[in-house]
Amino acid sequence: MSEWWTYRPSDFLLFSPQTYYRLFELYNTQIWPLQILTLACGVTILVLIRYNPPWQGRVIAAILATIWLWVAWAYHLQRYASINWAANYFAIGFAIEAALLIWIGIIKDHLVFLAAKSTLKNTGLGIFLFALFIQPLLGAVAGRGWLQSEIFGVAPDPTAVATLGIILLTTKKFYGLLLLIPFLWCAISGTILFTMDSPDALVLPIVAILALFLALRKAN
Amino acid sequence: MKQPINHTRRRALHRIVVTGATALFWPLASISKQTSVITKPIPSSGETIPVIGLGSWITFNVGNDTVARDACAEVMRNFFNAGGRMIDSSPMYGSSQEVIGYALNKLGKTSQVFSAEKVWIASGAEGREQMETTRRYWQVERFDLMQVHNVLSWEYHLPTLFEMKAAGQIRYVGITTSHGRRHRDIEHIMRKHPIDFVQLTYNIRDRETENRILPLAQDRGIAIIANRPFQQGSLIDWAKRHPLPGWASDVDCTNWAQYLLKFIVSHPAVTCAIPATSRVDHVLENMGAATGRLPDEAMRKRMIKHIEKL
Repeated sequence: MSEWWTYRPSDFLLFSPQTYYRLFELYNTQIWPLQILTLACGVTILVLIRYNPPWQGRVIAAILATIWLWVAWAYHLQRYASINWAANYFAIGFAIEAALLIWIGIIKDHLVFLAAKSTLKNTGLGIFLFALFIQPLLGAVAGRGWLQSEIFGVAPDPTAVATLGIILLTTKKFYGLLLLIPFLWCAISGTILFTMDSPDALVLPIVAILALFLALRKAN
Repeated sequence: MKQPINHTRRRALHRIVVTGATALFWPLASISKQTSVITKPIPSSGETIPVIGLGSWITFNVGNDTVARDACAEVMRNFFNAGGRMIDSSPMYGSSQEVIGYALNKLGKTSQVFSAEKVWIASGAEGREQMETTRRYWQVERFDLMQVHNVLSWEYHLPTLFEMKAAGQIRYVGITTSHGRRHRDIEHIMRKHPIDFVQLTYNIRDRETENRILPLAQDRGIAIIANRPFQQGSLIDWAKRHPLPGWASDVDCTNWAQYLLKFIVSHPAVTCAIPATSRVDHVLENMGAATGRLPDEAMRKRMIKHIEKL
């Protein structure tokens, strides 16, 4: 790309905010009541984190991997790609995250979660709960209507945020591999929302920076 | 190399005079009020096209949403009913090409449209395939104008486009840029290659092209399509915060859209402007700029001064 310094994020925005949010409206309508199942998956993760069964890591990784694959296919490839050709690449990124979760969490069984209470665990849980229960409400608060809600396991933003929260809850000092794609997605989606002047544009960058800060602190 | 004027071209030029098109004699345009759509000739052929076209960046990228596709078709219906012809798109614009094809098919306007498309792919070898895919989206027999989008890999695509033109697969060849980028390359291509069209950014605030490229286009007989006439909406949103000056009615402007568009298309080098919109009321406002009187040089200066003063 020549004269790259003259480009701004708005030069790459291919669609209007109306079209973008209408995509969620149609998507939510078409897959209903799958949202209940994905929210139930989120609650299952919460229960597993609370009771720490020995197979918790494998099950949480399986749930998350399935959800990342679903979002890659149902959202990015089947819907978002119709208005944004870059969504094909986003789908690959989401599929890679699913593969990493399968490899690290299911095959290697390396996802072990913090048992003791700590500030880190509380914040990680807070981020996960935010993605599960607060993020879907943001659209309505911003005046977009319930049908355009972005729900964990259905839409990419709460899925990425929830995953950041979950990874912070693991005992391993730093899971850069698993954090990278959710973090990148928060940056990409935050930029798109910011370019569209969405009132909730700052949510993703703030959560991602908080998660990164905590991950780095945990590593040290 | 430009072809000498032939009989077809003479007839076309004669038609322009008879229909009272203001473009050739733009300084006289302010004298005679007219109600028909203003057209300008494509210099390389003499064929005339309305001075207002329809862009599709963002506005027609609505995906598979049937309700939104029908709304786009309504915009196009009103555009055609108001005398519009040129619609411009690109493979870069998401689903816009499919949406245009959907609407053209629905309206039965595939033969009325002046189809302006682009090839936008780094690989020269894949250009033809992309253009064929695009043609299927539009559901047209052939494109009127095929442009190299943002002069991407122009060295590879231009020879292909000239071949296609010679074979009758397209009618005109063009190149595009926007936001004032790559003007050196644009100038080079304009000087060295027999292109018919250049698409670039020109509006009352972005007038850098007046210095070199627009005069060069006149000199070389190249048509100019002005994109981003409203700076993606920001210019007109800003203008609308101020009252339209009373003297704008001297050139039959009843709103800011017409003020900004008439300024653009009254430049003697500019063939047409391609504002994009997803709203019927806006497309009608825009098409209003293709009627009535166009500003002369003195009025153009006044228009600039007024905008700079706001």
